[in-house]
Amino acid sequence: MSVLAAVRPDSWNFPLFLHVLGAMVLVGALLTAFAAQVVGWGKDSVGGATLSRLTFRTLLIAAIPAWIVMRIGAEWIYSKENWADVPDEPSWLGVGYITADLGGLLLLVATILAGVGARRQSRTEGGTSALARSAAVLALIALVAYLVAVWAMSAKPD
Amino acid sequence: MSRYDWLLFLHVLSAFAVVTGMVIFSVAIAAGWNRDVPSDVVRIFRVSRVGDPLIGIGMAGVLAFGIWLAIDVDGYELWDGWIIAAFVLWLLFGAIGSREGKVYNAARDRARELERSGGDSPSPELRSLLRSRRGLWLHVASVVIVLLFILDMIFKPGA
Repeated sequence: MSVLAAVRPDSWNFPLFLHVLGAMVLVGALLTAFAAQVVGWGKDSVGGATLSRLTFRTLLIAAIPAWIVMRIGAEWIYSKENWADVPDEPSWLGVGYITADLGGLLLLVATILAGVGARRQSRTEGGTSALARSAAVLALIALVAYLVAVWAMSAKPD
Repeated sequence: MSRYDWLLFLHVLSAFAVVTGMVIFSVAIAAGWNRDVPSDVVRIFRVSRVGDPLIGIGMAGVLAFGIWLAIDVDGYELWDGWIIAAFVLWLLFGAIGSREGKVYNAARDRARELERSGGDSPSPELRSLLRSRRGLWLHVASVVIVLLFILDMIFKPGA
């Protein structure tokens, strides 16, 4: 049916590997952070604080480095494929750029909110932190955006 | 979008599900490493519960859509070396993953028992279950297999 759609020069493979691996770990870290926060909702303050810290550390130690690896891989493969010389870039490339950069901004804000929220939860005796909840919502929005990017990057619609 | 585009998207999405499950388990193992309070451990395993269906569905999807792609795309054959390597890695991942699951499920079950019995004091037994060298090495092996899988899919050696 289809000709060898995946044929590409060998020199593109490593940047693509970095890009894909970074994106996969990023999606995994965002879902982990979101799940940890959701499990913590409605729990006692001690348990909530433990899970809020888990959310913060997952975003800081896993999601942000993965975003950086994904973004470095993206720029590298972009330059290898000489997209800068193409006058009308395909729409899937635009979707990838927008989601990567806006998602990165959301990730940064979510990490800060999660950190401050976890700190406040550790100090106070009761309740869950609105800041930590906001971080979970932002992580979820970024996750959805990245899943759209996965569709755009793999299916490459016009 | 052509059938090829959809198949590739679903194949890649399945791979994302597997890696997402692996990230969840990795975070849970790291978070549980220094814990010995049963209720804390139960909470962490509640988070990792999300990973089970992701790995199961992802592994099934990777295999099914991968075989479909190999049959559908001119130039790929199921007996190509890199595709056979992927089958071997898939089987290895399943075998190692089930052994790893047994190790950490035992820790989870013990944490639940301790919590149910009303004693939420630190448990050295629980700590040693969570610090299982066997569990850790099995997890490292699973991560290495997933990395080899992604490398195989991108570099397609011999294709």
